Amino acid sequence: MEVRTGVYHDSVSLMRVSQALGSRPGVTVAMVAMATELNVGMAREVGFEVPAAGPSDLLVAVRAESEEALGGAAEELERQFALLGRAATSGGAGAEAAPRTTRAAARAWDATLALVSVPGEHAFAEAMDAVEAGLSVMIFSDNVSLEHEILLKERAAEHGVLVMGPDCGTAVVGGAGLGFANVLRPGPVGVVAASGTGAQQVTCLLDHAGTGVSHVLGVGGRDLSAAVGARSTLVALRALDADPATELIVLISKPPAPEVAATVRRAVEDLSTPVVTALLGPGQDDLTAAAEKALGALGRPVPEWPSWPMPAGERPGGPLCGLYSGGTLCAEAEIIAGGGSFTDFGDDEYTRGRAHPMIDPSTRLAALGEVAGGVVLLDVVLGHAADPDPSARLAPAVRRARERGAAVVVALVGTDTDPQGLGRQAQALHEAGASVFVSNAAAARHAASLTGGTP
Amino acid sequence: MTLSMLDGEPRVITAGAAVLAESLAGQAVPALAVDWRPPLPGTSAALAKVLADPRRERANTTAVGRMLSARPQLVAVRPAREVLDLPAGTFFHAGPPIDWERASGPMRGALIGAALFEGLAADAEEAERLLVSGGVKLDSCHHHRTVGPMAGVVSASMWMFEVVDGEHGGTAYCSLNEGLGKVLRYGAYGPEVVERLRWMGEVLGPVLAAALALSGPIDLRSLIAQALQMGDELHNRNRAATSLLARELAPSVVDASPRYAAEVLRFVYGNDHFFLNAGMAAGKVSADAARDVPGSSLVVAMARNGTDFGIQVSGLGNRWFTGPAGVPDGLYLGAYGPGDANPDIGDSSITETCGLGGFAMAAAPAIVRFVGGDVSDAVDATRSMYEITLAEHPAYQIPTLGFRGTPTGVDVTLVARTGRLPVVNTGIAGRVAGTGQVGAGLVSPPAEAFTAALTALASA
Repeated sequence: MEVRTGVYHDSVSLMRVSQALGSRPGVTVAMVAMATELNVGMAREVGFEVPAAGPSDLLVAVRAESEEALGGAAEELERQFALLGRAATSGGAGAEAAPRTTRAAARAWDATLALVSVPGEHAFAEAMDAVEAGLSVMIFSDNVSLEHEILLKERAAEHGVLVMGPDCGTAVVGGAGLGFANVLRPGPVGVVAASGTGAQQVTCLLDHAGTGVSHVLGVGGRDLSAAVGARSTLVALRALDADPATELIVLISKPPAPEVAATVRRAVEDLSTPVVTALLGPGQDDLTAAAEKALGALGRPVPEWPSWPMPAGERPGGPLCGLYSGGTLCAEAEIIAGGGSFTDFGDDEYTRGRAHPMIDPSTRLAALGEVAGGVVLLDVVLGHAADPDPSARLAPAVRRARERGAAVVVALVGTDTDPQGLGRQAQALHEAGASVFVSNAAAARHAASLTGGTP
Repeated sequence: MTLSMLDGEPRVITAGAAVLAESLAGQAVPALAVDWRPPLPGTSAALAKVLADPRRERANTTAVGRMLSARPQLVAVRPAREVLDLPAGTFFHAGPPIDWERASGPMRGALIGAALFEGLAADAEEAERLLVSGGVKLDSCHHHRTVGPMAGVVSASMWMFEVVDGEHGGTAYCSLNEGLGKVLRYGAYGPEVVERLRWMGEVLGPVLAAALALSGPIDLRSLIAQALQMGDELHNRNRAATSLLARELAPSVVDASPRYAAEVLRFVYGNDHFFLNAGMAAGKVSADAARDVPGSSLVVAMARNGTDFGIQVSGLGNRWFTGPAGVPDGLYLGAYGPGDANPDIGDSSITETCGLGGFAMAAAPAIVRFVGGDVSDAVDATRSMYEITLAEHPAYQIPTLGFRGTPTGVDVTLVARTGRLPVVNTGIAGRVAGTGQVGAGLVSPPAEAFTAALTALASA
């Protein structure tokens, strides 16, 4: 039992000291407190004889099983008081932790848009946060329900923002490539696309022709369905129309539902910016033709699309096998080739629990490894977020396929300024024995010709 | 139409795949990555449903707007029997409804004390027999525009702070604070406890009532705003607020009762938590203003009865959603330790409900040392609460955060999405009836209270 005068510590600090002392072996009771009436009463209650003391005195009451334990407690007490003195000089605010929701991020930081790629069932919450915060949002995630897509787009209209997606693979906004995006030169073409790889093909071809883009706005594959009613397409078209940097708009989509087609046509007619519409599917222009149409509309010449074909005379015949990572490219190639077996490894069926084949090529490489002969047609899509060096693993696999007697044709979608370098990738694949085309349509035609059929 | 994102430099929030955020970094595009994690287990379906409710956004804006714009004024101090629907033989208590059988030690102790104070029993044994037999009707304070700290037991003869919302017109009540140590709200019921309650009814209450009649209403919104800037968080630290209240009341106390003025002011001076109860009534009247907005997921009450932790939600009326009350993590008085602690108890978490207490910890760094942390922990605690709240209070500001408003208005959907639970500062009551306070610390509410409310919203 000890009373110290002229020492003051706040009650919280002293409770911590009591705790430190009380938890020492051999100490049965430890109480370090200012000698308020309450605390003095408490000390008396547990059997201490407290000498006269007032609220500005410090009370130290320790009971221990041995002299040794008591001595240890006394040492600990001094150590704790020393710590208290030092603690007063430390502290201060730590770095701010990362936000846990898009809502919190939007509140803390002045953003212009959000990019959501969380698992599909949770994407709605994050995207809704962005919309409610007045931000346009790109939803890279797939497996977002139709009901939620419609709701997001309705709410976006109220807030004057655009929902790109869901399942929107690519966008370029103000020069920033979002998702799988190629490095494109800036220019006069604004793109509205319901297909990611479709947009990548068209914009990369334009880039080869020396023509750049203002913005590439994805809308999601279901936007032109009757249920969604082209909600995002209409917003994107009008926004590009109002954008001073956009001189020509290219609209890329599957043929819309009939009632939606009329709406879109009327919207297009109301725009002051010319629009080139590329509808994908049987009997329609292919993507390469759409890019050429856009160049025509701008009065610019159409170049010869780069290719690295294998020497002529190769006619292996046999079946055509299409192994694709881009859905639209796969569909386009299948139509042009007019036959063969095509697999889209970017389809949900193959990506569940696994990264997209543009990032992780394993599944597609395995399929390529099983090709015994005939003609193999592949796409390789370059750009941000894609495999940083696709030819590193693909070229050896191509070489082995060649050794097994197969012909390999590659549609290489990318630009020279992409991180992977189009020229370098083309070179490596060509050296491995593949015919390489920057136009998917050209690649498909070439592949079909190798089978002996006529495209 | 124009889209603002097409003009100027893009600045991107990313949520999800790191590879997409890295690609933006590679392009030198300014980006902020969300530290996204899956929501609390089992909440995905309900979350999707509630977030898709077209009423939600507007309902929450309305509800939290009412909470933020409330202007609580302390207008009077009056006996409970005059202002509450509280006949003799009925007691109110803290937290969601509970009966004697499930009541914890301190709740039982306070009920015994109230029975003794009201003269319903001659001694503790008789009081207990009365309570066991159901001879006293129990109801939750929250059902009667009332809140009570710790056990929160209110009986007819107790005197109450009366707080009116100058903006929306509501009224709320809270009992007068007895001080620390062996007091009724911590479950003590000895002679000194009952004697103090008598004095409060005979002297303190009437003198404060007369003083308020002279001074006119006291603006609690402005008083709380000032106290926050003086180092209070208004739950576990009320020193500044108590001083401000005493300063404002003192002249009228002297005018109203020269005879008892010194006694009353000395009592107020001797109790750093004297303001807490007035602040709780201010919180109650503000939270009640936000009630009953259909579709709103805003929490309008968090309260504990020593056994259950319960919440109420604006869009779900008076339903309670509960889980087991946790034992606070804290520091202990004297020789007490965790083994002496009762589970979390009291309506004082109405302060956190309104963005004070644990939510305003950055304003009162001393409080976080209850759990052995330092100043940065206090700042982190407040910052983390911005994640689960709908708004920042326009008047209640935190100097060290650049006068940012306190995080106000817990949204059950945000709790489910982040898994972050409200940070509640609290006193710790002894688990044995009659013990009183044994410590103070921090406590986390049970997650199931929030997920149950979310599920109810999804099917509402």
